[in-house]
Amino acid sequence: MLLIPCPWCGLRPENEFRHGGQAHVQRPADPASVSDDAWAAYLYIRDNPRGRSAERWRHVHGCGRFFNCVRDTVSDRISHCYRAGTSGA
Amino acid sequence: MTQPFRRPGGGRIDRTNPIRFNFDGRQLEGFAGDTLASALLANGVHLVGRSFKYHRPRGILSAGAEEPNALVAVDYGPGRVTPNLRATQVELFGGLSARSQNRFPSLRWDAGALAGLASPLLSAGFYYKTFMWPPALWRRLYEPAIRRAAGLGRAPRAPDPDRYLHQYAHCDVLIIGGGPAGLAAALGASVNGQRVIVCDEQAEFGGSLLAEPGVTIDGWAAPDWVAEVIRTLSGTVTLLPRTTAFGWYADNLIGLAQRVTDHLPDGDASLPRECLWHVRAARVVLATGAMERPQVFPGNDRPGIMLAGAARTYLNRYGVIPGRQVLIATADDTAYLAAADLHAAGVTIAAIADQRADPSGEAVEAVRALGVPVRSGTGVTGTAGRRRVRSARLSNGQTVACDTILMCGGWTPSVQLYAQSRRRLRFDDTAGVFLPEDSTDSVGACAGVSDLATILSTAIDAGGSAPRAFEVSGARALSPAAPPAAAAPHRKAFVDFQNDVTTKDLSGATAEGFISIEHVKRYTTTGMATDQGKTSNLNALTAVAALTGHPVSAIGHTTFRPPYTPVTFGALAGPYRGDLFAPIRRTPIVVPDAVFEDVGTWKRARCFPRTGESPTAAVARECLAVRNDVAIFDASTLGKIEVTGPGAEAFLQRIYPTDVTTLTVGRCRYALLLGEDGFIRDDGIIARLASDRFHVTTTTGGAASVLHLMEDYLQTEFPELQAWLTSITEQWAVIAVQGPRAVTLLARYIADIDLGAMAHMSVREGHIGDVPIRLFRVSFTGECGFEINLPPEHAQRVWDTLLAAGATPYGTDAMHVLRAEKGYIVVGQETDGTVIPEDLGLGHMLSARKRDFVGKRSLDRPDMCRTDRLQLVGLLPGDAATVLPEGAQVTDQGRSPALGHVTSAYYSATLDRGFALALISGGRARIGETLHVPLLHGMAEVAVVNPVFLDPQGERLRGRPGPRGPQQALAPLAVPITPDAARAEGVDMAVLPPVKRLNIRAGAAAASGIGMAVGVLLPAAPCRAMTERDRAALWLGPDEWLVLAPPEASNLDAIAVKGAGDHPVSVVDVSHATTALEITGPRAAWCLNSVCALDLHLSAFPIGACTRTLLGKAGIILWRTGAETFRLEVGRSYLPYVWACLEQARHAVFATTIVGANNS
Ligand SMILES: [Zn+2]
Repeated sequence: MLLIPCPWCGLRPENEFRHGGQAHVQRPADPASVSDDAWAAYLYIRDNPRGRSAERWRHVHGCGRFFNCVRDTVSDRISHCYRAGTSGA
Repeated sequence: MTQPFRRPGGGRIDRTNPIRFNFDGRQLEGFAGDTLASALLANGVHLVGRSFKYHRPRGILSAGAEEPNALVAVDYGPGRVTPNLRATQVELFGGLSARSQNRFPSLRWDAGALAGLASPLLSAGFYYKTFMWPPALWRRLYEPAIRRAAGLGRAPRAPDPDRYLHQYAHCDVLIIGGGPAGLAAALGASVNGQRVIVCDEQAEFGGSLLAEPGVTIDGWAAPDWVAEVIRTLSGTVTLLPRTTAFGWYADNLIGLAQRVTDHLPDGDASLPRECLWHVRAARVVLATGAMERPQVFPGNDRPGIMLAGAARTYLNRYGVIPGRQVLIATADDTAYLAAADLHAAGVTIAAIADQRADPSGEAVEAVRALGVPVRSGTGVTGTAGRRRVRSARLSNGQTVACDTILMCGGWTPSVQLYAQSRRRLRFDDTAGVFLPEDSTDSVGACAGVSDLATILSTAIDAGGSAPRAFEVSGARALSPAAPPAAAAPHRKAFVDFQNDVTTKDLSGATAEGFISIEHVKRYTTTGMATDQGKTSNLNALTAVAALTGHPVSAIGHTTFRPPYTPVTFGALAGPYRGDLFAPIRRTPIVVPDAVFEDVGTWKRARCFPRTGESPTAAVARECLAVRNDVAIFDASTLGKIEVTGPGAEAFLQRIYPTDVTTLTVGRCRYALLLGEDGFIRDDGIIARLASDRFHVTTTTGGAASVLHLMEDYLQTEFPELQAWLTSITEQWAVIAVQGPRAVTLLARYIADIDLGAMAHMSVREGHIGDVPIRLFRVSFTGECGFEINLPPEHAQRVWDTLLAAGATPYGTDAMHVLRAEKGYIVVGQETDGTVIPEDLGLGHMLSARKRDFVGKRSLDRPDMCRTDRLQLVGLLPGDAATVLPEGAQVTDQGRSPALGHVTSAYYSATLDRGFALALISGGRARIGETLHVPLLHGMAEVAVVNPVFLDPQGERLRGRPGPRGPQQALAPLAVPITPDAARAEGVDMAVLPPVKRLNIRAGAAAASGIGMAVGVLLPAAPCRAMTERDRAALWLGPDEWLVLAPPEASNLDAIAVKGAGDHPVSVVDVSHATTALEITGPRAAWCLNSVCALDLHLSAFPIGACTRTLLGKAGIILWRTGAETFRLEVGRSYLPYVWACLEQARHAVFATTIVGANNS
């Protein structure tokens, strides 16, 4: 069970969280003007990196916030978490 | 003579306390302090099991957790037979009854041993090659037969009568292993009030020191030094004996399995049998020691052949000699320590065969001086003896008569847990073993260190104190061991005893082309038994290295995975079994006569059979009551979300396909909810209560996932919208009142709403009797109907009142029939995650005016526009009595593949026939056709029809308003039933009285104004609560607070809104959504930590801390109101589950007996 640093609540056990998939997948501002292929890519195509991965989590049994998290998929180490809507740089 | 191999003195057993036990029906005697293995050896019993594949007789190899052979089933009573226990770890107690395994009919005469005669045929890969064909026989014949022949004990069939506990613990330092390194580390760590936990898998701390009576540390004999250290540590350090650290998981989470009662003769009902600890350690110190390797030679597996170090342990710790005439085969000095001790105990050492060309040094010379013949450069080439070794042949041609062979192939550092921490091992060429690459947290033998003084001084340093020297005497200096040597392929030279893997099997694997050690492992199964190759892995690697010509370092090692030793299912399941496996949620309406079904985590009433009535008849009667009279239905489980704020309309407009802007206040609308992929996720009603307030319903099972999906969009895609979502599922109970007499019935109790004037799909706020309600005029039955949303504590009296007034209760079965007659879908039944609105003929529900909503773009993808998509139709079987099976395929009588499937099928009392809904390819164009449904016996002809079977014009929805009668009173409010307050040593628990609860959502700018208005400041700091006289405000999220106030503060909602001034705010009354529990006492935190993973130490979770978290599998709000007092806000329907979890957890106070003071 990971320990996840919620940007609001601090380090919390993983069972309080729900994973939300790859981070920074932006919903197109005007989906109607997006091609079928681009829309399919938005819906279904995700990275599957070995190593550094920016992903979303929600502190569902906590503050309820979605946030972003950089985790190494090999070591499971989380380098840092940052609020949704920010780049985390 | 009993215990003929017990020495008259010595060891740590209690000779004044003899213990009778039973092994395979033989009554034997041992002493308190024995293990089953030491007691058996004391009685001269070496043959204790038959091997896995060849059923060869096997004896006790080791004295610890690594034991591959001596697996027994211990019978602790009915349902308490535990198979596959290592006799070396089973503590002896009076009346212990153990059985050997894997033999038939008896251990001495085993029919399966014939397999041994066929062993040339049974080499690795034999099964794969021989039993391949035909495939069908594998499952039916080969596998069951092979499994019976190659059993490893049998699981008990009776339910497990014991209790198992979980305990979450947090510490600064966790020390794994209580031998010399672990104890010195504990001394180093137990300073500055650090939280320290030390665990050891044995009953007694001390490890190897317990078998070293001749060694002194700081002037103490080693065992006495251990006792002294334990005295020093007690009270400041949590000492967990009989506790195996079995897994190292992410972020220093270590799993510990503590055996609490198995060593007690009569158990103790107040104690759990085992406790599974989840320890989150800031730092871990590994002091896991090392394990001795067997030597690999032909016939190395006979009873009477054991590890030299084990023999020394049996002698020095248990006062037991393994035999009278001993041959020692070694590559290491430690075997000479065993030789010297055994010699002193009167055992004849027939010879020592040392693989090293020139063994020398202190330990060797001491044994030579005793006159023991030492044969250098010599190994064992074969053994004889059926049930016990009788003699051995040496490589120098000599045959040695012996009843015991002690072997030592060197020592393997126990790096399993280190490797599980996902760090790398390095191969040490000199020692020929793998060692931690990062040795910062490994101390002692597991780090490859063998000198006791060095171990102690480095370990105290690793614990956290300055290193200091220890005065060690009596330990002989040891010269280096020979690096592991590979043995020649031989079909009786065993590498893996438990899985019967020989050097011949390994050479077969490499000959087959398997080079990777992971492949060799899987092909031969070496290292894959329950012992995970503790004694065999390095010998297997050495053999494969020799066979392939690669160095061991290039071959690498296989992956170490948890658990280190097997963990019982009971311990893993802990309290979460039976009724606590998952929360069982019930609505506030108690209906004793109903038949229930599970819907998600809820129990819902299926039907209400009268005395002597079948469920089928009950459903038919209930359906007719809805169609012809009036009936009531408990719909409380529906998910409900209040959507509030100035941006609420805009938010719903983007989420739902329907045009929410045209939904006026007081109206409601059925709406589908799509995923971004266009597929239907859920459905429900959107009701508009005010311009900025909506009451949205979801399906029962979809409540949590819909809220999650909405929060996702709100927080991450549309954060600019000033809207908030609050779950009100438990705030409102719901009673559906359906049928032509619904208006007439309700009008007797509802005075402030003109029911007759309420249009279908509208909502009003008012009262039933004195109870405030949100009244929906909606129908899921096709009849005129209402859904009364009301506070849960009044639900029972309203239900009872309506029953008494003649309404018929109906359940989910009738609800399903009624909705299907109208062609109304059920999400999850007519949808399966691949269904779009158009498929269901609901395309008209999508607003054509909106350029975008969640899922819209996907509906234009080419696949969504195909005309052969599965479409919802009705089916009428040619035989009216037929009710098709749900899921049945619908075909074109063999002219094409299946066209689709039946999604719902029922008998309709109203239509007096069977009918079905189905998804059929291009279905709407097939209306009028006849298709076929293959059944178990024959083929059913079905007519494809419109899916609306009843009242397609919807005329019945209008109802038949009857004469308005006089107002009548509700039944009185019953006293609510709450669990009794419970008291136990150190923990009291009680349900607190009702309060007013407001969920307040607002930005930081509005918080202070709201706080002043409601009489308590809204804390800005995360996870903190503020209190002010009789009210409190709990921070739940960056814009979310829970305000608690006395129940009489009834207009606090309006006051809060006013306090926000011009700032947007959401105030939702959630008074009834939760119930408060208080748990208090010196052990309250311990108790909570049995079912809650948070660190509840006062420094981590101080007074005033509050948070949402999980208790077992239920979400709660936890608030520490005092050093020893916690308040829990528990979802109303979760209260029984949470209460029962805590009832179990209160037994966590057993930990008071084993836990030091500073860990509370
Ligand atoms: Zn949080």
